[in-house]
Amino acid sequence: MQPAPSNAEFRLDLFAVPAVLVSFLLLGFFVAAKTPDPLMALQAWTFMAGIGVALFWLVQHYKNGIPDDDRSAYANDIVKAGVIASMFWGIAGMLVGVIIALQLAFPTIFYFPDFPFTNFGRLRPLHTSAVVFAFGGNVLIATSFYVVQRTSKARLAGGLWPWFVFWGYQTFILVAGTGYLIGVTQGREYAEPEWYMDLWLTLVWVTYLLVFLGTLWKRKEPHIYVANWFYLAFIVTVAMLHIVNNLAVPVSWLGIKSYSAFAGVQDALTQWWYGHNAVGFFLTAGFLAIMYYFIPKQAQRPVYSYRLSIVHFWSLIFIYIWAGPHHLHYTALPVWAQTLGMTFSIMLWMPSWGGMINGLMTLSGAWDKLRTDPILRMLVVSVAFYGMSTFEGPVMSIKAVNALSHYTDWTIGHVHSGALGWVGFVSFGALYCLTPWLWKRQRLYSMSLVEWHFGISTIGIVFYITSMWVSGIMQGLMWRAYNDFGFLEYSFVETVEAMHPYYIIRAFGGLLYLTGTLIMAYNLWRTIRGDVRASEPLALGPQMTPQLATA
Amino acid sequence: MFNHGILERNSLLLVVGILIVVAIGGIVEIAPLFYLESTIEKVQGMRPYTPLELTGRTIYVREGCYLCHSQMIRPLRDEVERYGHYSLAAESMYDHPFQWGSKRTGPDLARVGAKYSDEWHRAHLADPRSVVPESVMPPYVFLANADINVDTIADALKAGSMVGMPYSDDMIANAKADLIAQATPDADGIDAFKKRYAKAEARDFDGDPKRVTEMDALIAYLQMLGTLVDFKTYQADAPENRR
Repeated sequence: MQPAPSNAEFRLDLFAVPAVLVSFLLLGFFVAAKTPDPLMALQAWTFMAGIGVALFWLVQHYKNGIPDDDRSAYANDIVKAGVIASMFWGIAGMLVGVIIALQLAFPTIFYFPDFPFTNFGRLRPLHTSAVVFAFGGNVLIATSFYVVQRTSKARLAGGLWPWFVFWGYQTFILVAGTGYLIGVTQGREYAEPEWYMDLWLTLVWVTYLLVFLGTLWKRKEPHIYVANWFYLAFIVTVAMLHIVNNLAVPVSWLGIKSYSAFAGVQDALTQWWYGHNAVGFFLTAGFLAIMYYFIPKQAQRPVYSYRLSIVHFWSLIFIYIWAGPHHLHYTALPVWAQTLGMTFSIMLWMPSWGGMINGLMTLSGAWDKLRTDPILRMLVVSVAFYGMSTFEGPVMSIKAVNALSHYTDWTIGHVHSGALGWVGFVSFGALYCLTPWLWKRQRLYSMSLVEWHFGISTIGIVFYITSMWVSGIMQGLMWRAYNDFGFLEYSFVETVEAMHPYYIIRAFGGLLYLTGTLIMAYNLWRTIRGDVRASEPLALGPQMTPQLATA
Repeated sequence: MFNHGILERNSLLLVVGILIVVAIGGIVEIAPLFYLESTIEKVQGMRPYTPLELTGRTIYVREGCYLCHSQMIRPLRDEVERYGHYSLAAESMYDHPFQWGSKRTGPDLARVGAKYSDEWHRAHLADPRSVVPESVMPPYVFLANADINVDTIADALKAGSMVGMPYSDDMIANAKADLIAQATPDADGIDAFKKRYAKAEARDFDGDPKRVTEMDALIAYLQMLGTLVDFKTYQADAPENRR
């Protein structure tokens, strides 16, 4: 990499970022060479591969000269990279989801008795991490980098550091994901990566926070736009949750294994304080920020209510944090904590619907666009799904309901109505907006393919949720069924057998959803190439809003 | 009235505000669990895992068993009749991390210990559908072929004792010997082992007396689950045990 041109000021990032990456490359090599643990060696080599790709990419990207940190232009390449990474990880994560759904429906496929790598217990963390953190995380990082620049009228801060965030995060995903396959896990749901990857993610995440804050500090707008409040809450709170929940003591500095700092009941509540707020702040606050930017933009209408934004923001982030104990109803957690968690979970319904109302009512005066703009329709339906699952959640947090729903597929259905309907659709809407904006295309390759995506995926969600409702409630009822003689009516395995048809329906629903995502990827890829579908010439199709003036 | 514009114009104030607001819930709910005496019941019989059981537990975590099996019996009539006495907080007091689980694709395992024979576990883990035709569990036959690295167990106990597992210096010093002894019939030092770990079962769990495999460790772990607390002396209705 070349040093800065003479007329530019001295830029520390041009030296610091490569230096940090090379240092970690050497650290990885040291660990790989020294460790007696073959799994750790494999993890270290995978880590080095990730860092190596990052370095190679940076050199390639800037070989014709230095990234001139032109303060008049927005940094778009990093957002483009985020769009592509989101598509890639989205397909990968959903594909693994379909595979594990099929494993539950047909337990003799995809299992290789002599090899543990594709067993359900190893693939399920791969699925959840890939869709939540790899797909969702990349969507959040990419959109936040896009939104904070536009709403601050400032170029992304930090020069090369945003690239450190991007590649550091991809490396985290790569090492963590391959780790699950070879059996590296802490055994904490949604926090499976082991201690060394937790440390690495902390470094990447703090850099992310500084890049985001640094851009806010450069802003030419007096006020911080509401979407950025939500991004900020997401980044700050995820940092807090991640650090506390992953406190652990490694068995050896060169080994994979660690023991968590807490045990039993304290560990359980710490984990679900984290776990529920991975939902609350990763999958809700962050994606609400997307809602607050992309829906007004696409609908060409201002946010419905400024006052509601304020009330909804502070009440949402305050109340969400309390909801964790509802994952531990009727367990050995003290009842006072369960009751507190239930109470706040029910209260959470109000700020959730406050946000939903603010998003939906932003369409006031523009409802007709739902007929002509499938992207806006996708965004609006995502908010409707948000409303549905944030109503279902408080219902399930009521102890009497939870006694039936807990440990069953009802929970899985609930999660997926939020994940597929809300997080998925709002992300797809944002990606459909961003791609023509970033690559300066007048419109997507095809709007009718967006209609197909929307239709197929929505039907997929309906199959998924309804089958899980039926199987979950049915299994819950079967577990507690008594016969006329006062004995339990069903053995456990009879309830497993009863799940079979619903597991097939669920896998089918997931397959439909994945198909929709593949259609999107094709559409975005053709858009990036600059193609326009012959049967939908530009003049006839619904027009996107050109962003060329500011981009 | 408070002017929200101040927070909208000052990013650091906004960050501090967010931090304060999101810290409260966790502090109020989690912190008391560490000092309220009523959180964990007073029971007889809890001890740390033996080196072999701890290794088995690591395999249990590694394979993601918790994703389909809970270890938490709720105080509901049908659960207590199906699985046994509801789980106590004390029973997972040395579990780093806890493995209560969140989904029962398979049955609860909190009290699976001593319910099935070792032979049943071996057959079931190698090919679940050979003993339970309707099962959707993956096969784990590779465990029987994987030897345990016995040289790192002392480090594991040492790290465990740093986070609160009550391992004595004696236990750490003899960790390797104890691990081998528990899975080897008529091993030397078996009496010392049994003195260190009350109620620990020592036998050849995997049917291959010459080797100490991951199958030994996992079955040893499964066979002790839920067997430690002495429910004859435990009074669920005593005021100090109410929750």
